[in-house]
Amino acid sequence: MDLAYGPKYEAFREEVRAFLTKYKSQAPKGLGAAGRPSPEACSWQQLLIQHGYAARTIPKDYGGYGAKPDILESRIIAEEFSAARVPSALQNQGISMLVPTLLELGTEEQKKKWVKPTLRGEVVWCQGYSEPGSGSDLASLQTRATVDGDDFVINGQKIWTSTAHEADMIFCLVRTEPDKPKHEGISYLIFSMKTPGIEVRPLTTMTGHAEFNEVFFTDVRVPKTQIVGQRGQGWFVANATLKHERGMLGDPAAMETRFQALVDLMHEETVDGQRAIDNPIFRDRLVRLQAELAAMKFNGLRLLTSASKGEDPGLARLIVKLQSCELTHQISALAIDVMGELGVLYDDSPYLRSHGSWQWGYMFQLGLIIGGGTAQIQKNIISERGLGMPREPKLAK
Amino acid sequence: MEFALSEEQRMLQDSVRRFLEQNSPLDKVRLAAGNTHTVQRSLWAGASELGIPGMLIPEDFGGMGLGFLDAAIVYEMFGRYVAPLPFLGTAVMAPLALMLAGSEAQQEKWLPKIAAGEIIAGVAVTESIGVREGAGVKAGKGTLTGKALFVVDWAEADLYIVADSDHGFHLVLPDAKGLSRRALNTIDKTRSVGELVFDQVAAEPLPRSSADAVARVIDAGRVMLAADTLGAGQMMIEKAVAYAGERKQFGRVIGSFQAVKHLCAEMAAALEPSRSLVWYAAHALDEVPDDARLMACHAKSHLSEVGRFVARTATEVHGGMGFTDLLGLHYWFKRIGFDRQLLGGPELVRLEAARLQGWAA
Repeated sequence: MDLAYGPKYEAFREEVRAFLTKYKSQAPKGLGAAGRPSPEACSWQQLLIQHGYAARTIPKDYGGYGAKPDILESRIIAEEFSAARVPSALQNQGISMLVPTLLELGTEEQKKKWVKPTLRGEVVWCQGYSEPGSGSDLASLQTRATVDGDDFVINGQKIWTSTAHEADMIFCLVRTEPDKPKHEGISYLIFSMKTPGIEVRPLTTMTGHAEFNEVFFTDVRVPKTQIVGQRGQGWFVANATLKHERGMLGDPAAMETRFQALVDLMHEETVDGQRAIDNPIFRDRLVRLQAELAAMKFNGLRLLTSASKGEDPGLARLIVKLQSCELTHQISALAIDVMGELGVLYDDSPYLRSHGSWQWGYMFQLGLIIGGGTAQIQKNIISERGLGMPREPKLAK
Repeated sequence: MEFALSEEQRMLQDSVRRFLEQNSPLDKVRLAAGNTHTVQRSLWAGASELGIPGMLIPEDFGGMGLGFLDAAIVYEMFGRYVAPLPFLGTAVMAPLALMLAGSEAQQEKWLPKIAAGEIIAGVAVTESIGVREGAGVKAGKGTLTGKALFVVDWAEADLYIVADSDHGFHLVLPDAKGLSRRALNTIDKTRSVGELVFDQVAAEPLPRSSADAVARVIDAGRVMLAADTLGAGQMMIEKAVAYAGERKQFGRVIGSFQAVKHLCAEMAAALEPSRSLVWYAAHALDEVPDDARLMACHAKSHLSEVGRFVARTATEVHGGMGFTDLLGLHYWFKRIGFDRQLLGGPELVRLEAARLQGWAA
């Protein structure tokens, strides 16, 4: 057990700090987490790539910085940007999911064409995986692509497509071999969202906002060359991508920020003149969450060590999505309870706290518990892969 | 940067695992549980050969000079095998009290004996956390008067270390005049606690006593109890998974039903991050003094909650068999229940954690 980074990494930390001191004033006020980055955000991203604080390990030939992967360096960058409250590298589905997939399985032409502008924030992607009839059982997806000359012709519907209304491009799973077993009949296509026959409809959720979309395809023609990997191999291409998605959820630093906001809230809110922090029941709930957060934080350090050694941390990794989403949700729940009636204010109401972000979070985070593999699917994964328990017997089709 | 057990620590843990697997199987635990207030001498002698009683004691006094993380992963194994041994008081809290507050002469006299496994040392600190039944010990001139409850490693102790109500530690010999002792029988038959009643009992103060020393002894005890629950909880999950893989109903092993699998997943999901919390809390006792007390509180209270959930859920996965004495699963259930209350239940401990952060008066 050694929690020090050592002189080599501390020197690197100083480099990061020097960069932040010098360039901090150029940073945009905030980055939309998803969606289309502003011109200022794009310039910032390009500056970060130039100095190795974005696209750090992507080869130079494809528009990255070309550093050797070093998980501790990445962590130090994240820590310092967070401490300085400066927006860090752009994160979106194109960068975190499509780019690694293309680098692993794309053709040279595809890599040359798409990786660099995606990294620079110039091309925005959306993900076409889920369908109304294919959620947890994603491999049952029914959007069809039939061959007509040099094109695929796509018909069907996708759902939960965040940023579809702003995206330039989509990476999309379609069924090309309907007669094959479900996992073997899927192909992975990339195409422009401006292709004729695509209709995007906003999907309003319980939060009252349209954080997602539905996307409808009617006779959408896509050249056969725009496939990634082989025909019928799309499921395995997508799994290479999904493996990159898991890093996006359950960031302990983000949970700590939320927890600190809750601590502040409990010092500010009063009922009958008593601060929430002085109410023993609220306080007990707060400390209980703090202990859970500490456990997830140290679990994160354990994962970091495993990753730096190239070891599989097993259960410690498999439980992250389930536990983090639940804990985040509980933090929001306590904030709302602390505010009482004020906690149900929403929209632009008088007396609204934090722009209604606690209520929005409480609802949206329920979406995160369901999305990206429901809590129940997570429990199947934990019990089957983590504990070696038997799979559910297959039902006759 | 390495958040992991070292190779040496893994070897230490494995050697304790093998020792307990061979020497303290369930049938031995059952026998020991019939004599809670009798020290299992041959088992303790075996543990002493491994250096366990002296693991925290400096080498100058015949110990191994190891750290709290080493002690925690050893006690995790004790929890895993519900080992009926006097580790908490004798190997952790008593030596720590002597090291923090004892004179050189006291250390020279007692630490080598503890390290060699020659003596059992009971520890009385419950009233420094919370007073019940009008207990509490007042120090006079070289004497103690009052009552101490839930004295750890009470049975057959050759020495008691007693905290008075003014943060002073004292050494008391079991045959001292005016000392009366009563066993307290708890649900957990694998560890002995008892009561000491003092009527002008001769006692030798530890001269460097302080509120901080008492608190540090409690911190260490709490982290150990968290580690014990971690080990016991881990074993209960493994037993539940194994049972669910064998037991058949409706023509299938019950472990193939999601209702059962999900219970097991929930237990693993709760327990696995707790392991990292215990590691850090133990590490902090030695290496991160500013964080140590808060993390001891978090480890103790969090493992109490996770432990309770795992203990009842693993029992439910075993169905009716889990409720019987036949499988002996209840030894783990009770061990976890005992760990939760000793040295402060979670609500009391969380109040302390709040105070440490200025969130409560």
